[in-house]
Amino acid sequence: MNNFSYTKVSTTDQAISQIDGDIRNKIVAGGTNLNDLLKYFITKADKLVDINPIAENNSIIRLETGGVRIGALHTNADMAYDPIIEERYPLLSKAILAGASAQIRNMATNGGNLMQRTRCYYFYDITTPCNKRDPGSGCAAITGYNRIHAILGQSENCIAVFPSDMCVALAALNAAVNIKGPEGERVLAFAEFHRLSGDTPHIDNNLKHGEIITSIDLPAKGFEKNYSYLKLRDRSSYSFALVSVATGLDIENGIIKEARIALGGVAHKPWRSTEAEDFLKAKEPTRINFSEAAAIILKDAKGYEHNSFKIELAKRAIVRNCLMALNPESQRPGAKPSL
Amino acid sequence: MKTEATHSTSLIVNEAAYNLELLPWVSLLDVLRDEIKLTGTKKGCDHGQCGACTIIVDGKRILSCLTLGVMKNGSEITTIEGIANGEKLHPLQQAFIEHDAFQCGYCTPGQICSAIGMLNEAKAKTREDVQELMSGNLCRCGASKGIINAIMEVKGDYHE
Ligand SMILES: Cc1cc2nc3c(=O)[nH]c(=O)nc-3n(C[C@H](O)[C@H](O)[C@H](O)COP(=O)(O)OP(=O)(O)OC[C@H]3O[C@@H](n4cnc5c(N)ncnc54)[C@H](O)[C@@H]3O)c2cc1C
Ligand code: SF4
Ligand code: FES
Ligand code: FES
Repeated sequence: MNNFSYTKVSTTDQAISQIDGDIRNKIVAGGTNLNDLLKYFITKADKLVDINPIAENNSIIRLETGGVRIGALHTNADMAYDPIIEERYPLLSKAILAGASAQIRNMATNGGNLMQRTRCYYFYDITTPCNKRDPGSGCAAITGYNRIHAILGQSENCIAVFPSDMCVALAALNAAVNIKGPEGERVLAFAEFHRLSGDTPHIDNNLKHGEIITSIDLPAKGFEKNYSYLKLRDRSSYSFALVSVATGLDIENGIIKEARIALGGVAHKPWRSTEAEDFLKAKEPTRINFSEAAAIILKDAKGYEHNSFKIELAKRAIVRNCLMALNPESQRPGAKPSL
Repeated sequence: MKTEATHSTSLIVNEAAYNLELLPWVSLLDVLRDEIKLTGTKKGCDHGQCGACTIIVDGKRILSCLTLGVMKNGSEITTIEGIANGEKLHPLQQAFIEHDAFQCGYCTPGQICSAIGMLNEAKAKTREDVQELMSGNLCRCGASKGIINAIMEVKGDYHE
């Protein structure tokens, strides 16, 4: 790590003024991603602003809309095991518990989870070119070992994936991100929060430097009857997803009223397809219909030397997970395949 | 040594109070090992990937390599050195011996602290749950089966 100064703040406004729009001043919450990146000299800081004491951003409240607001500073573990979340948003709970390890979930915060950076090996290796770490230097992954990389929505500038599990569920649930910055407060729909790599792979998301995530809103609809999270990876726990799927189904009289399918591990942001979700509307929840939806989601997928297998894997994972959603009790710890 | 860059930080470690002058960029793991000289907590990877540095802070198991000493000012910490009752081993220490739950022993302090945290969390019902909730602690020697056996035994009578 480079040498930096350190300060603790107890309100969001203090955090904003301590950061002061300066890119070398960094917020630290759980520290599980930032401290790691600092140790590798991928991130450098002049000052760390510790936001953990901000009590106003560490609560869970029921909203008048019927939804729930979860504080940015709540830990991932406290979220996953909160009785309101377990009962109303079990999809979110399962997705969180499929990520990282128990120790890391005890430290990691909700805000930090949204802001975590890619696990592309070349991004972590400062001796190699990487447009995300060093804009304009090239992308070592495109012609390199790209087993964990993107198959949807990538650009030739960067084929990294966003590694979060929790955010895949938040995308499926149509969450919203509440933000406060020097210019006041604003709200970003979850789909608008993370970005595709495009021509600006160094920018992961639409939070401006100096802005703070204060909380995340979950809409009333939680898909608590028919939901499932499936995570496929090289080892069965404590590992990032090759492909993950969050499914929420609203089924009435044997017919799908609404379907949500979000993918993780395949793109620079959690991936959804309106076309596939519309296709499932008013259809029966059958393997054939889920296969059709999977084909629609993956129709523009493009693989590279080492990750083409992900295209077929993702299709099968979608079908499998939609079937698991019909019988949520079948789910195993760690979002392993069941049924 | 107090300098312009240091922060006065008090930690309670295994019931003893320490008032330290810490540089902000020093991990809690390095504070424990190098400042307080409690070397039971191990550094495996220093990047959150192995669990060897697991300790209990304010009742929760966390990775000491991914947090900073200054961030834990005022916290109560338990490390492997603090879990036995005098000469009487903690039930998990005893069970690790009986179930052959280690070879080199390097992962063991982290495994035991993590298992204490897991049992306090009380979320694991089945053996599969225990395996999943202990997956943040790797064992290079492959003693994992003995480790899970030891924890299962203690879990059985843990809340007596
Ligand atoms: C070994 C390992 C395995 C992991 N496996 C998984 C996995 O399988 N699935 C998964 O989803 N995650 C995984 N993670 C990642 C983990 O979930 C993230 O590191 C964690 O969520 C980050 O949260 P934090 O509070 O620790 O963030 P920090 O490290 O404190 O911060 C991360 C970034 O977020 C910014 N930030 C934090 N809070 C705010 C805020 N309120 N407003 C604005 N900016 C903010 C910081 O400035 C920093 O840039 C893993 C991590 C490790 C180390
Ligand atoms: S995929 Fe993105 S993060 Fe990885 S090397 Fe290429 S530019 Fe860097
Ligand atoms: S040393 Fe902390 S997890 Fe490996
Ligand atoms: S006993 Fe050697 S690493 Fe676990």
